[in-house]
Amino acid sequence: MAEPARMARAPGPLLRVENLTRYFDVSPPLLNRVFEGKGRLYVRAVDGVSFEIDAGETFSLVGESGCGKSTVARLVVGLYQPTRGTIDFEGVDLGSAKARAANPQMQARMQMIFQDPYASLNPRWRVGDIIAEPIRFRRILSGRAAIAERVGALLRQVGLGANDAERYPHEFSGGQRQRISIARALAGEPEFLVCDEPTSALDVSVQAQILNLMKDLQRRLGLTYLFISHNLAVVYHVSSKVGVMYLGRLVEWSETKTLFARPRHPYTRMLLDAIPDLAMSGRARTPVAGEVPSPLNPPSGCSFHPRCPWANERCKSERPEAQRVPGGGAVACHAVEEGRLPEGPAVAPPAIA
Amino acid sequence: MSSALLEVRNLRVEFPTRRGTLRAVDDISFSIAPGEVLGVVGESGAGKSLTGAAIIGLLEPPGRIAAGEILLEGRRIDNLPYEELRKIRGRQIGAIFQDPLTSLNPLYRVGDQIIETIRTHLPLSEAQARKRAIDLLQEVGISSAAERVDHYPHQFSGGMRQRVVIALALCAEPRLIVADEPTTALDVSIQAQIITLIKRLCREHKTAVMLVTHDMGVIAETADRVAVMYAGRIAEIGPVRDVVQNAKHPYTQGLMGAIPSIGGAEERLAQIEGSMPRLTAIPPGCAFNPRCPKAFDRCRVDRPEPIPVGTTQVACWLYEDARAKEAVHG
Repeated sequence: MAEPARMARAPGPLLRVENLTRYFDVSPPLLNRVFEGKGRLYVRAVDGVSFEIDAGETFSLVGESGCGKSTVARLVVGLYQPTRGTIDFEGVDLGSAKARAANPQMQARMQMIFQDPYASLNPRWRVGDIIAEPIRFRRILSGRAAIAERVGALLRQVGLGANDAERYPHEFSGGQRQRISIARALAGEPEFLVCDEPTSALDVSVQAQILNLMKDLQRRLGLTYLFISHNLAVVYHVSSKVGVMYLGRLVEWSETKTLFARPRHPYTRMLLDAIPDLAMSGRARTPVAGEVPSPLNPPSGCSFHPRCPWANERCKSERPEAQRVPGGGAVACHAVEEGRLPEGPAVAPPAIA
Repeated sequence: MSSALLEVRNLRVEFPTRRGTLRAVDDISFSIAPGEVLGVVGESGAGKSLTGAAIIGLLEPPGRIAAGEILLEGRRIDNLPYEELRKIRGRQIGAIFQDPLTSLNPLYRVGDQIIETIRTHLPLSEAQARKRAIDLLQEVGISSAAERVDHYPHQFSGGMRQRVVIALALCAEPRLIVADEPTTALDVSIQAQIITLIKRLCREHKTAVMLVTHDMGVIAETADRVAVMYAGRIAEIGPVRDVVQNAKHPYTQGLMGAIPSIGGAEERLAQIEGSMPRLTAIPPGCAFNPRCPKAFDRCRVDRPEPIPVGTTQVACWLYEDARAKEAVHG
């Protein structure tokens, strides 16, 4: 297939997100506020998140439900507007709706793949029309024959057949539908793909097929991924860098190997410890007490302190800022900064032969 | 095996449709000993949940048990009249489902739901049942249970709701619990808590568990034995360590290779080409043969039955020759 034309790129990361914040207004209705004296109420879904993604790499965000990872994905592609903060895509700030509208060529370079392949494809459109829509919308090609040829090439690229264009989404299995979603995302000739839990709805053997396909496409087309997942093993497999989110904040990010071999933040350690052990080394899982608090009313100071075994007075009152650590990456933790954490165990179990 | 708590013999579950009868579970046999945890894994559509539903007697019509027997402590339970089965369900077999929100009635306080179940099965007064409900909630790790017993399901988080469902399954001290994807809807840190809880309760109460899940990690950690299902049949069944670390059936091998592992250095995951056949188009012979890298002529014609290979039972023609040789030499 034709490689999308690459523009000469300015040095620096492809995407730089700084202090990204998004609050959702969940206030009671006006009359209740007036008569019952209730105030406004906000969910802090994303609260001051900063990270960078270099071209050609895969940056993953992990965390439990409600930590704000999907909101970050939607902010980056412009499905939500940030309350504060900048989204810098190759030097152009896309942090407001106005900026997005003024830079359609930048917006065209990013696409999104959604979690649920049953909900993200229009059941009344033929697969060929679904995939051709970005081509028509962006006026990448004109003429029925040229578009049909391109759709056929895209379908073959994701492992389907060119004649599948005539069929409807319901005729495909979940894994095949996710391949159609990927073909649709690639139709706009993007460089940057935001993948929100692309394999969570799939069986493990199908998940392996999709992950392999995504890696092949990345190598062949030079794609950059922002990958959102709750599955740490999947994240380990696909990413070059990993960020861990907790209650709307990025608590730690680092190179993948470093993060899994030497997790620093207590929450990261806890997450790694909670993974079921397939190697059956007999390692006892240490279940962590407590649950994720409500983002409506996050704890004071470090939001992880009620569950953290190393929390002290400072953690309860003062919110830790992300500090660069030697060896790359950053951690937002007072205990790490003060050096009162024991060195983390290398949690990575040996791979199964 | 006479010591088995639950014995399933040649179970077949069918769905009559306009286009013919679909066989969702086809001639499977296994048993569970008292206090044992049997894991049942497989991908969507393998028939693992239907097997569980058949045992609890909750197959949705038109699904029906077409052949085979299910014995609980030596007594057949698959052909009992509805009222008889109702007494067994809850009293002798408890059930935990995937979604804790749909297994609880949102209009009743959780305490009332537990008390109702206790009083249906045990001869206790309202006050005694309430005390037992509070004890149970405490046992499954719900703090300030005396207060929480009067809360409604929506006032609990997902993990806490699943604890309530476990308390509900345990309240008549059943001998067997059928847990269908009990941790799938939960976050990984909560999942660890629930798995630890189920393991502890089973050890303390000597309850047997049939744990249905698609997550090999959960099985590896929880189960004593595991059955791998594919297209309505058991491909392989045996002690969990042998199946996880030394899989014999090509499907199990493929499944294990497809799971990304932390610390693994592989650039690509092993992948099984294609997907599970639809029930309307199960291939002749071994159902796995079109996707199997080791398939040969016989696999396309004859259906393999499980045969013992070492400590496991494997339904695969690859091992037939090995067994024949053993018979000659031994």
